[in-house]
Amino acid sequence: MDLFRAHVLVCGGTGCTSSGSAELIARFEEQIAKNGLDKEVKVIRTGCFGLCEAGPVVIVYPEGTFYSRIRVEDVDEIVSEHLLKGRTVQHLVYKEKAAEEEQHATLENIDFYRPQMRLALRNCGVIDPENIDEYIAFDGYKALAKVLTEWKPEDVIKEMIDSGLRGRGGGGFPTGKKWQFAAASKADQKYIICNADEGDPGAFMDRSILEGDPHSVIEAMAIGGYAIGATEGYVYVRAEYPIAVKRLQLAIDQAREYGLLGKNIFGSGFDFDMYIRLGAGAFVCGEETALMRSIEGGRGEPTPKPPFPAVRGLFDKPSNINNVETYANIPLIINKGADWFKSIGTPGNSGTKVFALGGKINNTGLVEVPMGTPLRDVIYKIGGGIPNGKAFKAVQTGGPSGGCIPAEHLDIAIDYDSLTSIGSMMGSGGMIVMDEDNCMVDIARFFLDFTVDESCGKCTPCRIGTKRMLEILERITEGKGEEGDIEKLEALANNIKSTALCGLGQTAPNPVLSTLKYFRSEYEAHIKEKRCPAHHCQKLLNYEITDKCRGCTACARVCPVNAITGSVKEMHHIDTTKCIKCGSCMEKCRFGAIVKN
Amino acid sequence: MKSLAELEAIRAKTLEKVAMRKEGDDAVRIVVGMATCGIAAGARPVMLKFVEEVQKRNLQNVTVSQTGCIGMCRLEPMLDVIMPGKEKVTYVKVNPDMVSRIVAEHIVNGRPVQEYTIGAAEGK
Repeated sequence: MDLFRAHVLVCGGTGCTSSGSAELIARFEEQIAKNGLDKEVKVIRTGCFGLCEAGPVVIVYPEGTFYSRIRVEDVDEIVSEHLLKGRTVQHLVYKEKAAEEEQHATLENIDFYRPQMRLALRNCGVIDPENIDEYIAFDGYKALAKVLTEWKPEDVIKEMIDSGLRGRGGGGFPTGKKWQFAAASKADQKYIICNADEGDPGAFMDRSILEGDPHSVIEAMAIGGYAIGATEGYVYVRAEYPIAVKRLQLAIDQAREYGLLGKNIFGSGFDFDMYIRLGAGAFVCGEETALMRSIEGGRGEPTPKPPFPAVRGLFDKPSNINNVETYANIPLIINKGADWFKSIGTPGNSGTKVFALGGKINNTGLVEVPMGTPLRDVIYKIGGGIPNGKAFKAVQTGGPSGGCIPAEHLDIAIDYDSLTSIGSMMGSGGMIVMDEDNCMVDIARFFLDFTVDESCGKCTPCRIGTKRMLEILERITEGKGEEGDIEKLEALANNIKSTALCGLGQTAPNPVLSTLKYFRSEYEAHIKEKRCPAHHCQKLLNYEITDKCRGCTACARVCPVNAITGSVKEMHHIDTTKCIKCGSCMEKCRFGAIVKN
Repeated sequence: MKSLAELEAIRAKTLEKVAMRKEGDDAVRIVVGMATCGIAAGARPVMLKFVEEVQKRNLQNVTVSQTGCIGMCRLEPMLDVIMPGKEKVTYVKVNPDMVSRIVAEHIVNGRPVQEYTIGAAEGK
């Protein structure tokens, strides 16, 4: 193999792939060959760089130049200018919204990356995920080798406990403790499972890790298997993640070929192999007991705990389940030590957390920050703030199980405990940002609609209770709210929380409870005044024509139901009983004379 | 995989190929002027020779990259060797035959080849 003087890294994550990065790679290869550079320049498809907003992303090393939103037409210029003549193509370089024009943007000096600390995402966007050698070059499988040749299983568990690593899937249970329980169970066969059934709307960190660094998960599962005494592993991944599934399978095959999976790994006498199981798209299968039933081939329904998986799990054998991001941290902890890991983050919340930023935010993408980073830094420094000069209203964390954090808590330091204390939760790390135009009642309705759809139906509180809550919320957003609805919602929510069988039902009312806590006045405005303060709920809107009207008749002509009357050059009027609130008149008016309230 | 040595061998073999993507500013950078003037004066074979030498000697932490014209076209092909903590050294009118000496004396042993540098050329 030859040494290449330059590497062109093209993002092959799901986001950039859907905006055409595969065509970019083909074009780069074609143009590089045409210019006779194919012996010098190598094109590599990597995992997600995180800044999906600016995709497709291309990075050229050794300079580390960061090109964003590259179209196929731009490739020729990058090849002929940058790769052939060494001149950065300035107009294609990523520019920050606020930054001056001239800056030569490399990865390290972009505001989006500077406050970040990429541990779980360390290799995403850096290595070729389909090449095991590159993972090994970045210290891959070193931790597994160290553990198998030098450590006893109890040493591994102790290191995990000392590191303070907590489950990144949302619950935040200490990983070392979990391993300890599974190790303590006696059985002829144990299993180690990876939960990659990432179902929260807006969360995609697990997908990015599997796509960008699949070997880190394989290595960590083998380490976990050694620690608890399991010789088989399963990765339960959503079928909706085809790229992740393909790369993970490829990685497993390569690891087997190298003997990093299989019999007698590193001559230690330890055997370990693993398999992929595909989920069919049920949200409840992210719940660990339902997930195990699904792997067994049964219907994905949760079972009561105890018995916990560590005692009786997959195929009735002791099992350990961790999330993808949790696993991705483990090789690093082994290599660098528990003390190093504990030095990052806050006491009781070691390390970093990956968040998927979405919604009303400038830099949509994946970010990884140390625990304890202020929420404000994530939204404004990394996220680049709210688009179109709108005001920040709230951020929803933890998906359908989490809650909303209002502006008054923007300075909170993000960790498991602080988020729980204000009625939200870490969850898997989805962060959906909302601005002044978002109606909080409608947000609660949206998430509840999701959980009602995804309830497996096994227990009554979840199956019927969430449905009743949704009906009340739908009434409220349609202007048919009644006195006492809020109290009814609260009573239902508390009952469901304390009686539902699994995590899905127990957390389903959270979006309602947290919006009620911080935005109760919005609920009251909907119910008592039949008014949506954010002007979002269509059925509660009223369009009115003000005296700015010049009588041009444009609105009356565009109205599909003839609800607008008035003569030429005279002020027009909307008949609110006829109006279907489509908003066409407001769009058409050139004088800003139509307002909604 | 039967031993740590095997893993380390793969790591070492691949490391040189990915080193440019690793973090850390302790890398030695060889920057070759590759504007039209540089290319016309023969910068491409010079650069390729550097890549070849770096690979042959298995030098880690050395990157070969390009830059544009710095305005002294009459001295092309030109290149800079930038070592951490040291002043950059500019070589002028470089041809492929000079490359192995620059690599051996300067990159490997830290002694710039004075007679090839811009100081020597301009001093004449």
